[in-house]
Amino acid sequence: MQRHRQAKWDETESDGHEPLLSETDLTRHEPSDTYLPDELTRDEVELPSISEPELVRHYTRLSQMNYGIDSGPYPLGSCTMKYNPKFTEDIAGQPAAAVHPDRDPELAQGTLQVYHELQDYLSRIGGMSAVTLQPPAGAAGELTGILVAKAYHEHNGEGDQREEILVPASAHGTNFASAAMAGYDIVELPADDDGRVDLDALSEAVGDSTAALMLTNPNTLGLFERDIEEIATIVHDAGGLLYYDGANLNALLGRARPGDMGFDVMHFNVHKTFATPHGGGGPGAGPIGVREGLEKFLPSPQVKADGDEYTLVDPDESIGKVHGSMGNWLVLLKTHAYISRLGDEGLVDTSAKAVLNANYLAERIDLEVPFGPFHHEFVASAGETDAADFAKAMLDNGVHPPTTKWPEIVDEALMTEPTEAESKRSLDRLAAAFNAVSEEDDDAIAAAPRMTAAKRIDQTTAARDPKLSWQQLSD
Amino acid sequence: MLAAIGADDVEELFDVPDPVRYDGTFGIDGQSERAVRRRLDRTLNANADVAEFLGRGHYSHYVPSVVDSLSLRSEFITSYTQYQPEVSQGFLQVLFEFQSLVAELTGMDVANCSMYDAATALGEAATLADRVRAADGSTILVPDYLRAERRAVLENYADGPGLSIREFPTENGMVDPDALESSLEEDVLLVYVETPTTDGVIEEHLGAVGDLLADRETLFCLGSDLLALSLLQNPADVGADVVVGNAGVLGLPNAYGMGIGLFACREEFLRQVPGRLVGASEDADGDRTYTLTLQTREQHIRRERATSNICSNQAWVALRTAIHAAYLGPAGLTALADRCTRLPAQLAAALDEIPGVSAPANDAYHFREFTAEIEGDAEAVVSELADRGFAVHQRGDDAIQVCITEANEEHAEALLENVREVMA
Repeated sequence: MQRHRQAKWDETESDGHEPLLSETDLTRHEPSDTYLPDELTRDEVELPSISEPELVRHYTRLSQMNYGIDSGPYPLGSCTMKYNPKFTEDIAGQPAAAVHPDRDPELAQGTLQVYHELQDYLSRIGGMSAVTLQPPAGAAGELTGILVAKAYHEHNGEGDQREEILVPASAHGTNFASAAMAGYDIVELPADDDGRVDLDALSEAVGDSTAALMLTNPNTLGLFERDIEEIATIVHDAGGLLYYDGANLNALLGRARPGDMGFDVMHFNVHKTFATPHGGGGPGAGPIGVREGLEKFLPSPQVKADGDEYTLVDPDESIGKVHGSMGNWLVLLKTHAYISRLGDEGLVDTSAKAVLNANYLAERIDLEVPFGPFHHEFVASAGETDAADFAKAMLDNGVHPPTTKWPEIVDEALMTEPTEAESKRSLDRLAAAFNAVSEEDDDAIAAAPRMTAAKRIDQTTAARDPKLSWQQLSD
Repeated sequence: MLAAIGADDVEELFDVPDPVRYDGTFGIDGQSERAVRRRLDRTLNANADVAEFLGRGHYSHYVPSVVDSLSLRSEFITSYTQYQPEVSQGFLQVLFEFQSLVAELTGMDVANCSMYDAATALGEAATLADRVRAADGSTILVPDYLRAERRAVLENYADGPGLSIREFPTENGMVDPDALESSLEEDVLLVYVETPTTDGVIEEHLGAVGDLLADRETLFCLGSDLLALSLLQNPADVGADVVVGNAGVLGLPNAYGMGIGLFACREEFLRQVPGRLVGASEDADGDRTYTLTLQTREQHIRRERATSNICSNQAWVALRTAIHAAYLGPAGLTALADRCTRLPAQLAAALDEIPGVSAPANDAYHFREFTAEIEGDAEAVVSELADRGFAVHQRGDDAIQVCITEANEEHAEALLENVREVMA
């Protein structure tokens, strides 16, 4: 078992924390001798002003007070936090990647070629007819996909009639939010006793007002929706579309394709399934794929190839734009590099290891793990212990805990996804952390964490009396 | 590992019915790391080697080395959303400092810790207006100079709540307060104005816009960017309710439009703000700490009643922006911003001396860029300049737009020389 103590920096006069830059030196600066007349300029700005070495030490200390995948395992269920190879950063950093989005296509042929190749890679991987790379995140991809579905129904003269989106209870919260943003009413579908979509409930809910069913497969319990063909038939017979939430795609890479399962629209979370570091919460990218017949609704522009020449083309009945330019290009470039490195064999190996690792870890931990068989993730129950407390106690063991309290189908859920990147040794270490906590008594768990940069944080007060900037701290 | 699970083969673990099984071939050959690098280097080098004088909302400023060096530290770049704040204090403090920077430069009470880009931030401002304003209608009023791409994104965000977009006419590239007033019917939820505009014009009527909207159920949304805001009028002083725009002018070079949007507003809209917020708190020892807060607005708790669907955001870009801003400091920021007003003035004056060119087209102060009228065929001029190694925007049949910052000013003389030859 590995012990762990996270770095913590504080200055003796700072009352136990790394000072804010504003506490180091807050400088009031009045713009003077400016080209502009006074009435067009502000009176002052008040910001920190420090030397470069001080700046470097500040951010270096902050980095040391932060846990990343390079620090240790990070098995956040449904978030797919896996190790990313380092070479992709170098590729993204090269000067030829830094081009302006308004360049005439003739002046950006290299960038457009990478775009086109990635559109093609993702089409093949998803079993889809066409792909757009524009959405800047997975949830933005959901919104885009639902807008495509909406355009499809409007095109068929059923725009007013189809006002509902069906979403299973176990779905990502973004599904509900994205469908609502697009103006739809949400109909929640209950799970059956197996943790999968209840077909009877689906048949009852579906109808003339159904625009789409949003589904992730495997679902957030790590379970494959085995009845997917029947689900597709039910939805399609009612005139609805089937939307695939790609958050869990690394469990299926090369084993099954959303297009073959009957999905009409899907999004890829390239930052999960492929590679780009999450960078503290983003950027990601959320390309969407569509089946034949829906290409004309995709966002504009699409990159097309005419021989060796790449051009930008607006689809005939495009929904317009979902990002001011072409999305998160550097993330997409890293994705291209990652897929090129892995190729067919590597991609298939990804799902093999993701599924093997999840099943091995589920076997090794002493907690109750309901449902099964699992794909890339499983949901254990912390039993009598509060799952959030359980997670805090895991932090002291040098691992990041799983996602907690969700999906609500399992009591005190610990939603765990080790990913394909972890070794057996690392999985054993994760299991040891779970098992050590499950043997701790309630008092010890309530006192955790003790080995981290901060002790347990009071989140209630933070929400009740929000202090969101250094200006508000000094109020 | 298989033995521990009780399986003979990994394939047994896949609970996929035969009819939907796939054989795993995509026709993608895996390559060595070295081969991938060489191939992508070669591909990207097919991008023409031109001096870019392009702007219109996407800008290039010199990014100091310290930004790459620190932001690529692996604890930052390989971390995730800060769901366990006790092990994420470093990034949380960074985001708190970013929010503080945005709050100072916008003058607003509250800033979130990033949006995808300026266009999506405007879209979110429109839906916020719909939630917080009781105006008897659903119109978003935008200036006629609004970039088509931003408007297209706004239309998609407006589609769900059923908002409609209407334009108001502008005069000399900026707001005409009388024209705005006559466009202001009771049904207007939000008025959007930019400074600088994507044509580079520094708006001179912000105070008048603020006065017009002060007593109405209409939000005043100002679009700008962090560098310009270090010098231009403080949005709070002119009556803005929401400030959106491009924060990626600091920390990121042109990355084919990848960026980071900023979003800040008055305190009264706090619980309707889209995206993530970091707040200060205390830990069990009473030490100051930071945590994600007010998450009950977000999609993972409120689901279809969330203020926005944002989950992944642009946190790492916010880190780069914060480092770049801190490196420059207040005097460095305003000095750079001041330079961004002098450079276009100098370039416009020099272009104006070339026969057949009239610059700037707007009688106004400019920030980074301006339009120039061209006698003859603008398309042919832009194309000829591209052949000579210079990228500028074409604006209609008889105008071009040119953007100049410290990052491309070394090519200004050569650009002038070539424009002179092309126009001759």
